[in-house]
Amino acid sequence: MQDFTRRALLQGGTALATAGALTGPALFEFAKAWAADSPWKAEPGAKLTVMRWKRFVPSEDDAFNAMVAAFKAATGTEMNVFSESFEDVQPKASVAANTGSGLDLAWGLHTLPQLFPTKVIKMNDVADYLGKKYGGWTDAAAKTCMLGNDWLGIPVATNGGYMTYRKSATDKAGFKEFPKDFPSFLEMCKALKANNTPAGFALGHASGDANGWLHWILWGHNAWTVDKDDKVIINSPETAKALEYCKALSETFIPGTPSWNDSSNNKAYLAGELYCTLNGISIYVAAKTDPTKKEIAEDTYHALHPVGPVGKPTELQLALPILAFNFTKYPNAAKAFIAFMLEKENYEKWLDGAQGYLTQTLNAYESAPVWTADPKNSVFSQASKRTLPASGIGTVGEKAATAIADFIVVDMFANYCTGTKDAKGAMAEAERQLKRIYR
Amino acid sequence: MADLAVAPSAKPQFRAASAWDQLKHNRNWLGFWFMLPALAFLIFFLAYPLGLGIWLSFTDTRIGRAGHFIATENYEWLWDDSVFWLSVFNTLLYTFAASAIKFAVGLYLALLLNENMPFKAMLRAMVLIPFIVPTVLSALAFWWIFDSQFSIISWSLRHLGLISQNINFLGDTTWARICVIFANIWRGVPFVAITLLAGLQTVSPSLYEAAILDGASGWQRFRYITYPLLTPIIAVVMTFSVLFTFTDFQLIWAMTRGGPVNATHLMATLSYQRAIIAGQLGEGAAISSAMIPFLLAAIMVSWFGLQRRKWQQGESND
Repeated sequence: MQDFTRRALLQGGTALATAGALTGPALFEFAKAWAADSPWKAEPGAKLTVMRWKRFVPSEDDAFNAMVAAFKAATGTEMNVFSESFEDVQPKASVAANTGSGLDLAWGLHTLPQLFPTKVIKMNDVADYLGKKYGGWTDAAAKTCMLGNDWLGIPVATNGGYMTYRKSATDKAGFKEFPKDFPSFLEMCKALKANNTPAGFALGHASGDANGWLHWILWGHNAWTVDKDDKVIINSPETAKALEYCKALSETFIPGTPSWNDSSNNKAYLAGELYCTLNGISIYVAAKTDPTKKEIAEDTYHALHPVGPVGKPTELQLALPILAFNFTKYPNAAKAFIAFMLEKENYEKWLDGAQGYLTQTLNAYESAPVWTADPKNSVFSQASKRTLPASGIGTVGEKAATAIADFIVVDMFANYCTGTKDAKGAMAEAERQLKRIYR
Repeated sequence: MADLAVAPSAKPQFRAASAWDQLKHNRNWLGFWFMLPALAFLIFFLAYPLGLGIWLSFTDTRIGRAGHFIATENYEWLWDDSVFWLSVFNTLLYTFAASAIKFAVGLYLALLLNENMPFKAMLRAMVLIPFIVPTVLSALAFWWIFDSQFSIISWSLRHLGLISQNINFLGDTTWARICVIFANIWRGVPFVAITLLAGLQTVSPSLYEAAILDGASGWQRFRYITYPLLTPIIAVVMTFSVLFTFTDFQLIWAMTRGGPVNATHLMATLSYQRAIIAGQLGEGAAISSAMIPFLLAAIMVSWFGLQRRKWQQGESND
């Protein structure tokens, strides 16, 4: 076994680190050395119960588990990690927050820590340590986890959702290059439908997919739920234009999108029923790793969101923050684990395992090998930098988190696109609900 | 062993006995003490959560943050909330449609299984299958059955040439309501059927023999023997069926999460979404509390139904 000294491993930018992430025994050696020099010493007999979102890419889970095992061996902290589907993470974290028991750490999505700011451990020291060491945090990631000057959690990663399409279908539709603006995107979707190779985007209560693409449409028209002072401004001519555009788009979709959850488009795409959707890289990864889907994998490409009339990117990517509850008996172990997760020796291997599903929130990881390993991955590397926080131009916090969690924007678009309400009615209902939240 | 029966008090009656004395000297006092643990259990696990829920509905409590008393603000908000009223409509439609059909199908199956027929034991076991499958698994199965792209129903109809494109089962508001009601019926019929079957088996065959000798038709035997004797069981089974259906959560949540566009949101699922998903505990509690009058009404109907048992005990029904 190679002999790693603590000093050799921890010197910034060591040869080992630059050569790539550690594996096997080397990872354990690194973990031991890291634990010895860490600013946070796990409490003796520490036990951490960690809830995370259920992996979409199996190799990401493998990399995460290897890191957990190394942390456990190095610090003696007993780790109990379990997974929940995206939709179930927040309710279970909420129950833990309310009862003051059951979990030490919760790794969820959107602005999870903002839902219960009084129940979390402030992570200022961890954020400061990582930020200084790894080139600072991306703007949206920092906004997602900060309340005033306090860090309520650590933005571990962003799950980038980008246009996933079958190139043969878009070529046949007459678009050799993926559209870069809203009008040409609509034209392409119309052509895809005419060729019986339809696009489709979730209009149901899909926490990731539906919130993601519908906020993009809304913001792309310079329409917002609230302004920078958190005044509700959803009921506007810009929103009406966004509704009209979305309705025209939805008429080109594969049937069934109002009932879709987060996994529906994956299934339809991999079954060869769907030819363009907005998704994480999991569709492509699943196709690549399944020998029967080789043709789909080769034909699948990714593109950035087209830009709306507002003239700049307006993406809502899925933030994945982790938080530690303030009722944990082992706050130092919790902080140590979070810091350990984002150390280069772990993090790059983890990004590699995620195969593009996770995007870094620390600027130093922009050059991680995963982004150049496969040219089709590269689009996803921009997710953390291009996204806006979940509040749009408003304040990130409990209220914005509630609005997202209650699917107010999703329901507004779905109401109009399905003909359940007219534009005025859909906007009025969203406005009313938002005013209640922002009262 | 001590004789628990207490003899009439020999003490002079110079003062009125206190309630406590009466309790102590009542021959059933031991029973009262035995009852206390159950009473404590009821208070702790039923009355306290119910009271807390009602209290929360008058506050602006959020998950992780204590709230303030805001009187009836949550209820006033809900009064003008179209999604809430849609959930009330959906809940009533879901409850009445599913309960009525479950009763009709359950009664038919119970009558059928009460007859002499081959493989009766096996058929009874088969009827129970939907009831023993976990609700979430049933819901996931129906989710696949009604999937917009992969529905086995749509696939079959297409291959039979009866439709040209898939039916949008869970993406269309009307279809989605029909689908969740169908799934509930599928799951609930065994409970009704088996309970009614148990009731049918308590009816003495001699009554039917006498009726047949008197020339009664099948309908007359049902109308004048089966139905009256089954009425108390029907009252109980329908009360439970209505209560279970009205408060259903798992089936809807796993199948549609209240969608599309809230068309299948029941009061229970909306309460969960507002309280737990969106963190607005006070508002969610108000929605839950708004279910209480409906549930009380169902219990009252059952109560009056059970009163009809009096005539069986030889008492007047008046």
